[in-house]
Amino acid sequence: MQQRDVVLLMIIIVLVGIAAWVVWPSNPGLHIHFGPLNIDRDISVHQGLDLQGGMQTVLEADLPPGQALDPEAMAAAKGIVESRVNGLGVREPLVQLAGTNRIVIELPGIQDPEQAISILQQTGLLEFIDAGGTFLPPGTEVKTSFRETGEFGMVKPTAAPTVTGTLTPTATSTPTLAPTAATGVVSPTTTAEATPTQAPPKKVFRSVITGQHLKTSQVGQDEYGRPEINFSLTDEGARLFGEFTTANVGQFLAIAMDGVVISCPRIETAITEGSGRITGDFKLADARKIVIQLRYGSLPIPLKVIQNRTVGPTLGQDSVAKSTRAGIIGVIIVLVFMLVYYRLHGVVADIALVIYALVTFALFKLIPVTLTLPGLTGFLFSVGTAVDANILIFERMKEELRHGKRFSTAIDAGFDRAWTSIRDSNLSTWITCVILYWFGTNFGASMVKGFAVTLFLGVLISMFTAITVTRTVIRLLYAIGGEKLRESKWLIGL
Amino acid sequence: MTDIIGKRKWYFLLSAVIIIAGLTAMGISFAHFGSPLRLGIDFTGGTLWELAFENPVAPASVREVLVGYGYGDTTVQTTTDAKTVLIRCKELAAGEKVKIQADLTTKLGAFTELRYQDVGPTVGREVTRSATIAIAAAALAITGFIIFAWRKVPNAGRYGLCATAATLHDVLVTMGAFSILGLLLGWEADSLFLTAMLTVTGYSVQDTIVVFDRIRENVPKRRGEPYELIVNRSLLETLHRSLATQLNAIFILVAVLFFGGATMRQFIATLLIGLISGTYSSIFTAVPLLVVWEKGEVGAFFRRLTGRSQANA
Repeated sequence: MQQRDVVLLMIIIVLVGIAAWVVWPSNPGLHIHFGPLNIDRDISVHQGLDLQGGMQTVLEADLPPGQALDPEAMAAAKGIVESRVNGLGVREPLVQLAGTNRIVIELPGIQDPEQAISILQQTGLLEFIDAGGTFLPPGTEVKTSFRETGEFGMVKPTAAPTVTGTLTPTATSTPTLAPTAATGVVSPTTTAEATPTQAPPKKVFRSVITGQHLKTSQVGQDEYGRPEINFSLTDEGARLFGEFTTANVGQFLAIAMDGVVISCPRIETAITEGSGRITGDFKLADARKIVIQLRYGSLPIPLKVIQNRTVGPTLGQDSVAKSTRAGIIGVIIVLVFMLVYYRLHGVVADIALVIYALVTFALFKLIPVTLTLPGLTGFLFSVGTAVDANILIFERMKEELRHGKRFSTAIDAGFDRAWTSIRDSNLSTWITCVILYWFGTNFGASMVKGFAVTLFLGVLISMFTAITVTRTVIRLLYAIGGEKLRESKWLIGL
Repeated sequence: MTDIIGKRKWYFLLSAVIIIAGLTAMGISFAHFGSPLRLGIDFTGGTLWELAFENPVAPASVREVLVGYGYGDTTVQTTTDAKTVLIRCKELAAGEKVKIQADLTTKLGAFTELRYQDVGPTVGREVTRSATIAIAAAALAITGFIIFAWRKVPNAGRYGLCATAATLHDVLVTMGAFSILGLLLGWEADSLFLTAMLTVTGYSVQDTIVVFDRIRENVPKRRGEPYELIVNRSLLETLHRSLATQLNAIFILVAVLFFGGATMRQFIATLLIGLISGTYSSIFTAVPLLVVWEKGEVGAFFRRLTGRSQANA
């Protein structure tokens, strides 16, 4: 038994060493490039909004009463908001669906909260633009006439329209644009194989039609069973579109969302009936994505701000500094108390407590757990109660020793009997943590969530340290001290 | 062996006094604010805005600006010093915040925004509803858990219910205390208050479980002893541990209360009150209730009451 304890002690020491390294503030991080292993991670405390400053907003679907909420539309809205958030240039933003009709957005360290909100809320703009002879790969940013000056449609009067029914398949590598009734309009390969020709950045592209002219859009199947995108236009849209496509057969027509190209098919033929389709080597997922963007070009659902919290950075940092200092004072008092009250066992408890604090905080940094001020409080609170498991064990042990049992028996009995108490009492705390977590997630109350997570983890690890660390150290202590310790009743607190 | 259980009538009396004081405060709150506690914007909706000006400002002038925009229900007060103000008003309409900011800067000088919270009214109502559900769910879940864990002991249901009664006691005491502090110091309940309440619920039961666990162990070991005696013995055996644990948690909380940042003060204070109440209720409420139930004293109590009044009539 003694050998196993020594091994355990070694393991614990190694663990503590690792934890101490992780907790060390000027930690260089984990950068391993060894053969197939490539890890690049910075190990630092993830600070919540209330600590580093920033903005948290909750947007809610603003539908007229009685209108049902389409979950797909909500997911699309979230996606659109997410891409806008990414465009804000904030480090580690957070966009999450909360419940069925809310989106929680967290922007740490944002400088201009009001501007961010207006960007997030604005409805998106969909445009079909004249790309001329150049293929614009998806993702290209373009300037369009509609966004610059509000103009759209043809620049010059159209030439005599030529309507063709059948079209020959082309061997181009781009998707093509054709009337729905057309036959044989196919372009085999995907846009990925096209050689992108970057349009000059300053050029202002002509918007032909915008989202307001689009009536519907959906995914269909072409003659070869591949996914295609069907769309239909309003009357005015059909007219403008007809004019344009007639005059520009063979040219590219880019579809852009908020100034970013999402697709760039080639016009195979004039489309005057107001409905058309885009074929190509689309994967179903891509086709669906484009359809969603066409259909919900604008935010599919208007969103309103129902909650907004901004924290300046100074307040948070000040609180952290104060709370950390207070926590250290509190922990020192606990350590001293345990020493005085339980003497030798107190020493063991103190060691276990320090190890517990190190390991828990290291885990917070590693996972990482976003630390908020309540979270920090939760951590300190769990330090105070981590001691509880140790106390339970010691009290049991004292009883066993009073009954005259041998040390080894007393230790084992103490741990076994105390375990049921520890397990059951901590379970009740876990139940409340789960409920708190559910509450926090549904309301974007990240402070509540942070507290729940740190408390849960804290309790979990305190159970671990009580059972392994305390047990090992005590066993070794008694193995070294032997029965002689029993004579020093004061030392073991009998 | 010290008899703790024997004096249980006094403990119940003390609990009753504290709870009635709390309920009175809640009643007064209800008359004043329409709810048993002073509620923060998390529950009612509204705006909370803390600004640090470069020069000292009079709250009245800040208030004027907001009233000018139609927010008549605004209160402004200085917080840490004469330059920092805390504004409370209804939710700001979209776009108004920027205009108000500009106005404030023009009239009263530059400022930095310390924090800004804006909660819509529907959110507030939902939060209140969810909060009540959360507490109820926690109480139910824990009761169920105890009944399950104590299923092998006779009358397992009693343990569950007595533990819940102790938890309810703690909830009432904490809410009552917070209500009193709300009336006296203007404390407002927010999401953190709810967090503190739920944590108190969890920890109150934790304490109770330790004593119950000892009773569970002693009952089969000491057959033949009257229940009251077993329970008393179990209490004494666990007393040391309860107090030691309690003290440690209190050390930390008190340290953070006095030396920590101001923003967490209410949260910590609520936790502290709940913790003390939790330990008290585990020893002096949950366990005596078990004995009361076992001996059927409630019925006897009421019979004595009615018997006496009948005799006097």
